[in-house]
Amino acid sequence: MPVAPETIRQVREIDVDQYRYGFETKIETEKAPKGLSEDIVRYISRFKEEPEWMLQWRLKAYRRWLNMNEPRWARLRYPKISFQDYYYYAAPKNKDQKGPKSLAEVDSVLLETYEKLGIPLREQEILAGVHQQNEQGRVAVDAVFDSVSIITTFKEELARSNVIFCSISEAIREHPGLVKEYIGSVVPMTDNFYSTLNSAVFTDGSFVYIPKGVRCPMELSTYFRINERNTGQFERTLIIADEGAYVSYLEGCTAPQRDENQLHAAVVELVALKNAEIKYSTVQNWYPGDKEGKGGIYNFVTKRGDCRGENSRISWTQVETGSAITWKYPSCLLRGDYSCGEFYSIAVSNGYQQIDSGTKMIHLGKKTSSRIISKGISSGFSSNTYRGQVTVHRNAANARNFTRCDSLLIGHDCGAHTIPYVEAKNCTAQLEHEATTSRISEDQLFYVMQRGLPEEEAIALIVNGFVKEVIQKLPMEFAVEAQKLIGISLEGSIG
Amino acid sequence: MLEIKNLHTKIAGTGMEILRGLNLTIQNTEIAAVMGPNGSGKSTLSHVIAGRKGYEITAGDILYNGQSILAMDAAERAALGIFLAFQYPMEISGIATMEFLKVAINLQRRARGKSELQVPEFIRRVKEAVEKLEMDMSMLRRPLNVGFSGGEKKRTEILQMMMLEPHCCILDETDSGLDIDALKIVADGINTLRTVDCSFLVITHYQRLLDYIIPDTVHVLYKGKIIKSGDRSLAFYLENNGYSDIISKAV
Repeated sequence: MPVAPETIRQVREIDVDQYRYGFETKIETEKAPKGLSEDIVRYISRFKEEPEWMLQWRLKAYRRWLNMNEPRWARLRYPKISFQDYYYYAAPKNKDQKGPKSLAEVDSVLLETYEKLGIPLREQEILAGVHQQNEQGRVAVDAVFDSVSIITTFKEELARSNVIFCSISEAIREHPGLVKEYIGSVVPMTDNFYSTLNSAVFTDGSFVYIPKGVRCPMELSTYFRINERNTGQFERTLIIADEGAYVSYLEGCTAPQRDENQLHAAVVELVALKNAEIKYSTVQNWYPGDKEGKGGIYNFVTKRGDCRGENSRISWTQVETGSAITWKYPSCLLRGDYSCGEFYSIAVSNGYQQIDSGTKMIHLGKKTSSRIISKGISSGFSSNTYRGQVTVHRNAANARNFTRCDSLLIGHDCGAHTIPYVEAKNCTAQLEHEATTSRISEDQLFYVMQRGLPEEEAIALIVNGFVKEVIQKLPMEFAVEAQKLIGISLEGSIG
Repeated sequence: MLEIKNLHTKIAGTGMEILRGLNLTIQNTEIAAVMGPNGSGKSTLSHVIAGRKGYEITAGDILYNGQSILAMDAAERAALGIFLAFQYPMEISGIATMEFLKVAINLQRRARGKSELQVPEFIRRVKEAVEKLEMDMSMLRRPLNVGFSGGEKKRTEILQMMMLEPHCCILDETDSGLDIDALKIVADGINTLRTVDCSFLVITHYQRLLDYIIPDTVHVLYKGKIIKSGDRSLAFYLENNGYSDIISKAV
């Protein structure tokens, strides 16, 4: 179903500025002093009233980070980041660090912000159908504003199914056993430059635990918003699906328009035990910078899922339209026999955006399978790189992988690159790789316009056709949003 | 009525002039056939009428019902009722043929100030056209033209033409790549439109298509100009004698 007419209407409503989440929330904030040092790490830990082991964990990461170098292998060009020029902690003021108990305690300015962003936080309104969501369409939200989680909705209802859904800060205090057991077990504390930085200074994020045999009764989601100037957002998300459990999780992000580059370095860890399934979907719409390439978010994210148990399943679906720089490779460690990893991605770049993104599928268990579908769309002066790695280890008998990377170019000044690494150490592996690069040709555009579709609708139709395979993998409400977003991101890309 | 007056066209960015003072008038309900040797500018003519980008009009005009259409883009011309059946229809992945038809029809109806077609009425019309063209409804669930055979693509073009209610149809070598049976079916489809207010510009290399779509006028295009016009007998003449003596007389 093409969303074309609606997309176009949406695009027209936004005249000059195509980034509609660019507003700033005026709220007083509490900030840590600028820059990064052991003292700042201690400040964050103290502010969050963390146990000693957590502080030691952070400090260990920080000390290691000091000796690490920024990775430079990606096809990304940006000036050297001065890590001392950022604030590592910012939170709305007068806020009890333990977080408000109910919505009534949340600052109304913040509620308005999320309302403006289209994220419903008021459970009773959702229940009353104000947001026209039916029983199945309900979504529990964890809203993260700069460095802190301001509210998590539907907690009680989830608790009835023994599902834990809360901010990671709360989890460290309330469920230390679970956190201690799993944090850093998928993405080790010192995995890479950005994840190590995150380990030292992460401020908030979401924590999910789905107990044995439980199918999570609703979609869970986290909505990240960077508001404060010169602030780094370092969130950490940890999702554990115990044996036979199922959860579908959505992540959304936006930021105000600013001339400076803001830093975002998140870590997401997923653990799927025997027969468990985790579906993780992202619609990333950080501010991409202006038409000249000024400003925008630097997005350096480490996301990894561990199919630890037999027959477990993790699937990543991402729609990337924002950020000035994207460095992101959601990966799957296929440890359990018969486990399955999936990666579905749409990466749209326009203006001067640079994307270097892809996935890693590491086959360790027997009869493990993985599937990679990547769709890159580049326009303007942007650069869009798919970088993927499929590795089959010695003991992974009969592992299978299917990879398909398609790139679509719009205009003449953009670039698309595909860098797949494939490595098989077991001769029973079956690996397939397909890749195409195409351009929306004048002929295609002429053909569709000749049937009566105005130019922008014709482009939207062709692009939506190109990404359909991936859009279908997104949860319903997200799919509609994603299609609109792609249309908006490509506004003015021809002509 | 379509009037092409002293049309000069270059391929944009190059100095190459393709149409060099072309004059052609097609009355309402007239069927005009344009024939000509390879490279004479036949496809360019169809593209320029339908509004493809990439051509530069250096002189002349194209009038549709008395109004110049040169400033309009392809979609606006389509809304006026100009339809081009492509020689090489494009493949559009990810959108079912049926869905595309629905989007196109309703956009054109809206542009013409008509209400959108209700689904049952839409389905009824599609079924009718599909039967006429001896196609299979299941084909319409496939993405537009993707993996279609040459014959299937041509039939799909005619299907779209029948559904979009055009007033001026340009058929660019619709007969190429069709076997005799398919040709008859496609011609039948085209002929159903003759009963309504619709004119045709039929571009072809072969007389045989004109056995099924009987033209009112036949024009010979050579080096970007109409060098001879006549009635149906001109097509027979060309079939038997080729272009050479007409060309030598004209030059």
